[in-house]
Amino acid sequence: MATVTAPATRVSLPGFLKHRAAAKLALLALAAAILVPLADAQWASGSWPAALTVDLTQPLGRVSDWIIDNRDSHPLFLYGFGYVSNAVVLSVRAVYLVLLAAGWAGVTAVAALVAWRVAGVRLGLGAAAAFLTCGLLGMWIPTMQTLALMVVAVLVSVAVGAVLGLAAGLSDRMDRVLRPVLDTMQVLPAFAYLLPVVLVFGIGVPAAVLATVVYAAPPMARLTALGLRGADKEVLEAVESLGATSRQRLLTARIPLARKELLLGLNQTIMMALSMAVIASVIGAGGLGDRVYQALASVDVGAALAAGIPIVLLAVVLDRVTGAAGEGDSGGGHTGLSRRAGWAYALAAAVAVALVGRFAGRLDWPGSWTLNIAEPVNRAVDWMTDHLYSGVPVIGGTADWAGHFTTWVLDPLRDGLQALPWWSVLLIVAALAWVIGTWRTALTAVLAMAAIGVLGVWKPSLDTLSQVLAAVAVTLVLGFATGIAAARNDRVERLLRPVLDVFQTMPQFVYLIPVVALFGVGRAPAVAAAVVYALPAVVRITTQGLRQVDPAALESARSLGASSGQQIRQVQLPLARPALLLALNQGVVLVLAVVIIGGLVGGGALGYDVVFGLAQGDLATGLVAGAAIVCLGLMLDRVTQPTERRAKKGA
Amino acid sequence: MRIRTTATVAGASALLLLTGCGAADMTKQASPFANAQGAKSLTLSVQSWVGAQANVAVAQYLLEHKLGYRVDTVQVDEVPAWDALSQGRVDAILEDWGHPDQEQRYVKDKKTITPGGGLGVTGHIGWFVPTYFAKQHPDVTNWKNLNKYAAQLRTAESGGKGQLMDGSPSYVTNDKALVKNLNLDFQVVFAGSEAAQITQMRQFAKEKKPFLTYWYAPQWLFKKVPMTEVKLPAYKEGCDADPAKVACAYPHTPLQKYLNAGFAKNGGKAAAFLKKFRWTTEDQNEVSLMIADQKLTPEDAAKKWVDGHASTWKAWLS
Repeated sequence: MATVTAPATRVSLPGFLKHRAAAKLALLALAAAILVPLADAQWASGSWPAALTVDLTQPLGRVSDWIIDNRDSHPLFLYGFGYVSNAVVLSVRAVYLVLLAAGWAGVTAVAALVAWRVAGVRLGLGAAAAFLTCGLLGMWIPTMQTLALMVVAVLVSVAVGAVLGLAAGLSDRMDRVLRPVLDTMQVLPAFAYLLPVVLVFGIGVPAAVLATVVYAAPPMARLTALGLRGADKEVLEAVESLGATSRQRLLTARIPLARKELLLGLNQTIMMALSMAVIASVIGAGGLGDRVYQALASVDVGAALAAGIPIVLLAVVLDRVTGAAGEGDSGGGHTGLSRRAGWAYALAAAVAVALVGRFAGRLDWPGSWTLNIAEPVNRAVDWMTDHLYSGVPVIGGTADWAGHFTTWVLDPLRDGLQALPWWSVLLIVAALAWVIGTWRTALTAVLAMAAIGVLGVWKPSLDTLSQVLAAVAVTLVLGFATGIAAARNDRVERLLRPVLDVFQTMPQFVYLIPVVALFGVGRAPAVAAAVVYALPAVVRITTQGLRQVDPAALESARSLGASSGQQIRQVQLPLARPALLLALNQGVVLVLAVVIIGGLVGGGALGYDVVFGLAQGDLATGLVAGAAIVCLGLMLDRVTQPTERRAKKGA
Repeated sequence: MRIRTTATVAGASALLLLTGCGAADMTKQASPFANAQGAKSLTLSVQSWVGAQANVAVAQYLLEHKLGYRVDTVQVDEVPAWDALSQGRVDAILEDWGHPDQEQRYVKDKKTITPGGGLGVTGHIGWFVPTYFAKQHPDVTNWKNLNKYAAQLRTAESGGKGQLMDGSPSYVTNDKALVKNLNLDFQVVFAGSEAAQITQMRQFAKEKKPFLTYWYAPQWLFKKVPMTEVKLPAYKEGCDADPAKVACAYPHTPLQKYLNAGFAKNGGKAAAFLKKFRWTTEDQNEVSLMIADQKLTPEDAAKKWVDGHASTWKAWLS
């Protein structure tokens, strides 16, 4: 999903930097020497002092009760949110009915032909195969439900994103206001968006669609603004000199010039919408995500996989088709006329297939054509739990590994973090953020961390943090090692690329399925899922960063007789420092997103509080945990944010 | 120009008329996926535990095959299910374990939900240890002696304390308060879901390891892993009124059915059928065991039960 472009390598001067870092640390130490004794004398306590917390649970609980009691009577709901909710329900229903009326044959034909026209024959066939597989797995109806929800969510996201992007692209003031907000929205875990909408709309499709829109609109807005701002100055001047009005300039020059960014924005919006539409099953989105959720609740790995495969197929097809559209017109030699004729033929063929399906009375996917993969998969999983789970000689079973990881890594880390005095945690955050970034990022990070304490969820947040740190450490070790291998060896990179492509397009939810099968339930599987999810981005950024290292520097090191290990350690890694920092930043953000979802498989801590809030209808607990997740995400992003804001971060 | 204005005004007022004089009540909106092909249909809430799946499977089978309905099921957690039932996004809950707050709000105050009578099954929540463990150490079955066994019941997740295993966050539980108020040296560990909890219990049982768990009856797992209840301070009416101060056992609850008020009035045969639906603990366990242990699909399990118990369900249809 997240296609990340590393910024151009900037050769930094390590000596100079170290000097600055030392100065910053000295200043911080001075401030700490004055403030810490004061704070410690005032509120001597290991974890966050109770005197500094604000209990939001009760007021929030009252708000939640008030909303439930007044949802069917208060004008705010009858004349405000009611319409929003109504419009969502009606439009999702309309799309759903159209999809059902087209029948499975019609939908498959339309998908295949659109993919063919946009991206070529191979993708056309791929799309058809993907949809047929969805039917074959017995998931046709859930797939259509997810698709209906997504179509509505994507349309709204694109509209909202385009409007915001236009505003930010045309007005500098809007840009200054919107950019930090959009940047921040992109680093927050999807789970944090669920509760506020549930509070207002209750569990159901309207809440799910709105959460999806909020999650998926920012990339569209960012990339629209980027495209409009990046337009070639000379072209614009030429257009202006021809006497075009500003509106004409926008429509005939700036928007067409931004085409590439707009399509990239569409691609990212679609991918994020799919990811969220699946997670939103927790708040009643229905469809494929709901099947995964139900199956996870009963640890039925086979059923979860049957619903997970269509999600992955949908993601890959959507990503490739919209990606191909963004790559520009392939049509060398195609004239406008023949292109249009091609579309007309495609349309006619699709309609014909849909009609045939209709008259053949085959609208529903025929029940006898389904393949039950749940049973064989479950048998395989049972075999795995019997034989690989524990007691394998010498290496131990996967459950043993999970147990050891929990006792030897996660527990000490969590207990250590929770045992640290609260002010020292703040100090560490400040020091790290300031050394890596600027005083601004350090200030935001410290304030975010302090807000967690004020919310009164210091302990669970540190628990989540310990899981994030463990997962990030594992991710970085694996990711850097793989990245170095891929950067030094073309064959490895060629082998890795398709794997990374697929892994990056998969929604976060899907990763929970295999880890439950392998590691059972608890914090270890949550960490494992997070590692798998974040790894592709880290590998990719590392490889790109290492490959962009100036070949001349490498050549001169080689001529001085450096061994390959020395080359990596002393030339490539230092020169690729910005890329590695970016990889760290991305890794942290992605890991947090999945560790939170790990609450569904026994990860505990903040993610569990959100799930608990939803499950018990105790929205206050959930909202407080959601706010803490936001703060944690903000803190982690700022701490790892390199000095220069990433110029072009994808998603 | 005037024509355009008139058209706009007409359009706007038509829109207003269509949406019912300007008020849009979001609580009366069903799911966009319901009733998609114009069938007589209803939606049942199915909770995550297998007993509830058994109720719904049998009700669904009879509604579909004997009464010609199309039944959708949705998985909603217990408390949100009340909200969904009140809004009509769900038509019936077949097994409720007692939610006094919700009952007060929706049945008594808002009158959007009506009781649908008893399910015929009595539920009981408690703390259990495996019988093989209880036989070796008979005194473990009283809460006063639990601290003696805390060291034996330690796991990776419970840290230095003994582990009291809880299942899904959505279930009715006072365990955290109980551990605190009874001064037990135990840590409540949530498995995250009932299935995860069952997986763990079976792993323990396979190796004959001791464990202490939150569990409930009726439950099919007792047939696979025999368990003995740990005695907690006796339940008295109202001793669980303040969730933070609970220090007594869980009550015995006759499980209840609830219907959406509108559906109860206008639901025709389906509503009448669901009100009469009433079976025994043995019946429910029979179906549950088929689903959970023999891995039959709920539909097949329901069919098997229906084929063998005609006299029971014929009474629900009359």
